[in-house]
Amino acid sequence: MTREKPKIAFYWCASCGGCEEAVVDLAEEILDVVAAADIVFWPVALDFKRRDVEQMPDGSILATFLNGAIRTSEQEEMAKLLRRKSKLLVAFGSCSHLGGIPGLANLFTRESILQTVYFETPTTENPECVLPGVPGKDGNGKLTLPYFSERVRALDQVVEVDYYLPGCPPLPRIITRAVATLLGEHLPDKGSVLAPDEALCTECPRKDSKPEKIALKSFKRPQEILIDETQCLLAQGLLCLGPATRAGCEAPCVQGNMPCTGCCGPPGRVRDQGAKALSAIASLVDSQDEQEIDTVLASIPDPVGTFYRYSLPASLLAHSRKV
Amino acid sequence: MAESKDIDRNGVQIGVYVCHCGTNIAGTVDVKALTEYAATLPGVTMARNYKYVCSTPGQELIKRDIHELGLNRIVVAACSPCLHEKTFRNVVAEAGLNPYYFQMVNIREHDSWVHTDKRAATEKGKDLIRAAVRRVRLHKPLERKRVSINPAVLIVGGGIAGIHAALTMANAGKHVYLVERDATIGGHMAMFDKTFPTLDCAACILTPKMTAVKSHHNITLWTLSEVTQVDGYVGNYQVTIKHKPRYVIEDACVGCMECIDACVYKQAKVPDEFNMYLGKRKPIYIPFPQAVPQVVVIDRESCIEFKSGKCKKTCVEVCADRKAIDFKQQETTETIEVGTIILATGFFTFDAKRVPYYGYGIYPNVYTGLEVERLINAAGPTNGEVILRDGRKPQRVAIVHCVGSRDENTNRYCSRVCCMYSLKLAHLIKEKTEAEVFNFYIDMRTPGKGFEEFYNRVADEGTHFVRGRVADIYPNPGDGGRLLVCAEDTLMSTVRKIPVDMVVLSTGLEPQADAQDVRRRFHITCSTEGFFLERHPKLAPVNTFTDGVFLAGCCQGPKDIPDTVAQAGAAAAEALALIDIGYIEQEPNTAHVLEEVCSGCKTCIPLCPYQAISFAENKKKAEINEVLCKGCGTCVASCPSGSVQQNLFEDEQIFAEIEGLLAYA
Repeated sequence: MTREKPKIAFYWCASCGGCEEAVVDLAEEILDVVAAADIVFWPVALDFKRRDVEQMPDGSILATFLNGAIRTSEQEEMAKLLRRKSKLLVAFGSCSHLGGIPGLANLFTRESILQTVYFETPTTENPECVLPGVPGKDGNGKLTLPYFSERVRALDQVVEVDYYLPGCPPLPRIITRAVATLLGEHLPDKGSVLAPDEALCTECPRKDSKPEKIALKSFKRPQEILIDETQCLLAQGLLCLGPATRAGCEAPCVQGNMPCTGCCGPPGRVRDQGAKALSAIASLVDSQDEQEIDTVLASIPDPVGTFYRYSLPASLLAHSRKV
Repeated sequence: MAESKDIDRNGVQIGVYVCHCGTNIAGTVDVKALTEYAATLPGVTMARNYKYVCSTPGQELIKRDIHELGLNRIVVAACSPCLHEKTFRNVVAEAGLNPYYFQMVNIREHDSWVHTDKRAATEKGKDLIRAAVRRVRLHKPLERKRVSINPAVLIVGGGIAGIHAALTMANAGKHVYLVERDATIGGHMAMFDKTFPTLDCAACILTPKMTAVKSHHNITLWTLSEVTQVDGYVGNYQVTIKHKPRYVIEDACVGCMECIDACVYKQAKVPDEFNMYLGKRKPIYIPFPQAVPQVVVIDRESCIEFKSGKCKKTCVEVCADRKAIDFKQQETTETIEVGTIILATGFFTFDAKRVPYYGYGIYPNVYTGLEVERLINAAGPTNGEVILRDGRKPQRVAIVHCVGSRDENTNRYCSRVCCMYSLKLAHLIKEKTEAEVFNFYIDMRTPGKGFEEFYNRVADEGTHFVRGRVADIYPNPGDGGRLLVCAEDTLMSTVRKIPVDMVVLSTGLEPQADAQDVRRRFHITCSTEGFFLERHPKLAPVNTFTDGVFLAGCCQGPKDIPDTVAQAGAAAAEALALIDIGYIEQEPNTAHVLEEVCSGCKTCIPLCPYQAISFAENKKKAEINEVLCKGCGTCVASCPSGSVQQNLFEDEQIFAEIEGLLAYA
């Protein structure tokens, strides 16, 4: 009898679907994955149901790759279920890793979000006042939208996570390398992020063009200037978060002439990516005058959305919701 | 968060010692409650309180507990670490532990001295101790590094401060590089006639020291030279020095001065700087008869050979075989290595034109103190006669104190020396001319040995003293060019207008015009008035915030000759103390780059205030010179990838401390 292939699963929570695309983007390499492992659960592509997972023995899945942050009661239940059924739970992509872009919702209260989304947007028609977590009036009265929790959490704020795959979304090379690692004999330390533990400048093709001293009188947005394709983007006044962001992606954004936005999160030694990026960026301001410094910093339109774009729920600011 | 006593897996055993500091702490903080609380904290094996933990029995108590109870981390809650951190680290080291397994909690300056509510102060003390206990368990053993010291010293400035420091160091057997930007050493003191209050001849006491400098085998004297760059760190400075051309080869010139007589200018025509432009010199000249080195210098601004290239060069002819004159001399630079630096760059005399109502530069009979000093001097432009520009001897002279001192519009500070030199000038003018002398003063400041006695002597000689700031000086119509000096005599409560032939403005002392450049070059700081800042006004008056750089004389602030010499001696002693140990022990709280993970983003490099970080091109990573690092932590905070860490301030230690502080029980 042939040895049974290891089982793997994919699941999505609060995410855009891009991480699913990233798996599809493996193209032919997905066949290598299928050759090595059985995909036992992947709602976006295969027709398995929750009850199928519930019937699996605990720990029978070798690894579950879960993308998306956790916001609703349903997501939390699925995360806990898959945790129980899997030997290894892998947070897949920025949202699951650090809270991601959905995590920026933590800047607002639950009430204001529900008010906007369920009542105020121009295209919303909700005469029955349906709200998540409140039993509906239609049918037999038992249909209920999952509860919408107080705030967005990263996966490891809900269940124990074994590994992290960074990126928005993780690049195919990071995924295939990670899958190979997990199917191999030597597992990395629990809690590892499966990418190099250095900042992106290491692999940036423009690294040599970065001067020792950068002094900026204003920060620029990509649409405001003609970007030199060879020079360090920070030196051109663009807010490139490469110095504060984990390497491994090989800087596709910079190669596409756009600054790094920090999706791979911070290197392992940093607790708060936004704070670190902010203190490094602030050191580039070329002024000793408080008023002028304010003017220079005012050229950064959305500081939280810039520096904490992918990491607000996992940051030290995690608990501040009132802004 | 609930904590249990057994959570420690590393066998950490902490001892906490709460100091009463007499009633300094115990009067406001319940030390017994603190001790009892500390004993409940995880990892704490022993908590005690003691009247004076810094006393010998207090120290012995800690040592005994370390031996008997096997303590391996010590927390002392007492005064500021500035005072006793070193004491307790030594205690810990003497007991056989690494001295950095120690954390000090400041429950005096940060707690008992700033609060009155005993209950709240005690609670705050608990928070502070809890933070230290959480942090100390994460401390790592560290070692102080030793760096050897180059015994050579650089002294910048060849006035009396630089001269005295140079001779002291050289006599102690150290090699001295004395760098002076003018053509001779001697500084301001060489321009004075007499010195107060003893009326010693300034030249008589200064010139022997000047010649001693020149002949000393341990002193390399460079005149017409300036420091352009300083690299390195205490014990190992690399200093670049620029030698400006003298157009005379110093080693070839014997100081016969025949070239001066032979110059095509038969008459001296160039205003003479040394005589405050009151006399004339030739384009080839020696600044003053006792100048050191005794070597002529050519002023290229006025020399015909430089201006036209068509001079007969009679100077070269007369120099003949010595061939000392070299019109092609170029500026050169050289780099030397020294271990310590003494700055003795002196002062700048206040420009009296900045007080226009005193008429300096407008009325010819208004002089500055330094000009009169030259008039009185036998080697001066008038051979020691005090005469006005028109040759008359003044019969009435006004001396105006506090010009550019104690003045909201110019300098607020007192220049310290003006009262005394004004008294000295009053005495000398009277002696030379028998004129009637009026001293206009705000307050008479004579705090020094023999100073008050000198004041009384000058008063007894018949000098008039008018207590009041001079408001205006202007010509007295129909009085043969006499000037009227107007002041409110605050003792008589009346406005006085006194006609005089000569006005002497006692100008104050200011920082050198390029003090800020020099400050930057030597990585030191200036006080608000612009004088170089000492490390501590009382306890480290000749040290700076840069180790191995010391201050002497008026570059640190106005002072008279005795104080300058004393300070120069102190600076030399501080430098000698460093050199004679032979090495420097460095605090290990320095930053280091985690080389494997540094991305080479260069963010930290321009931020280091001590130029300790460089970019290693071969590795494409940042590198910190630990010897230069002062542990300020700027690079650590700025590193966007967390790849710079600092000993004693590792992230986990700081977070543990913060969490401890906030974990209110």
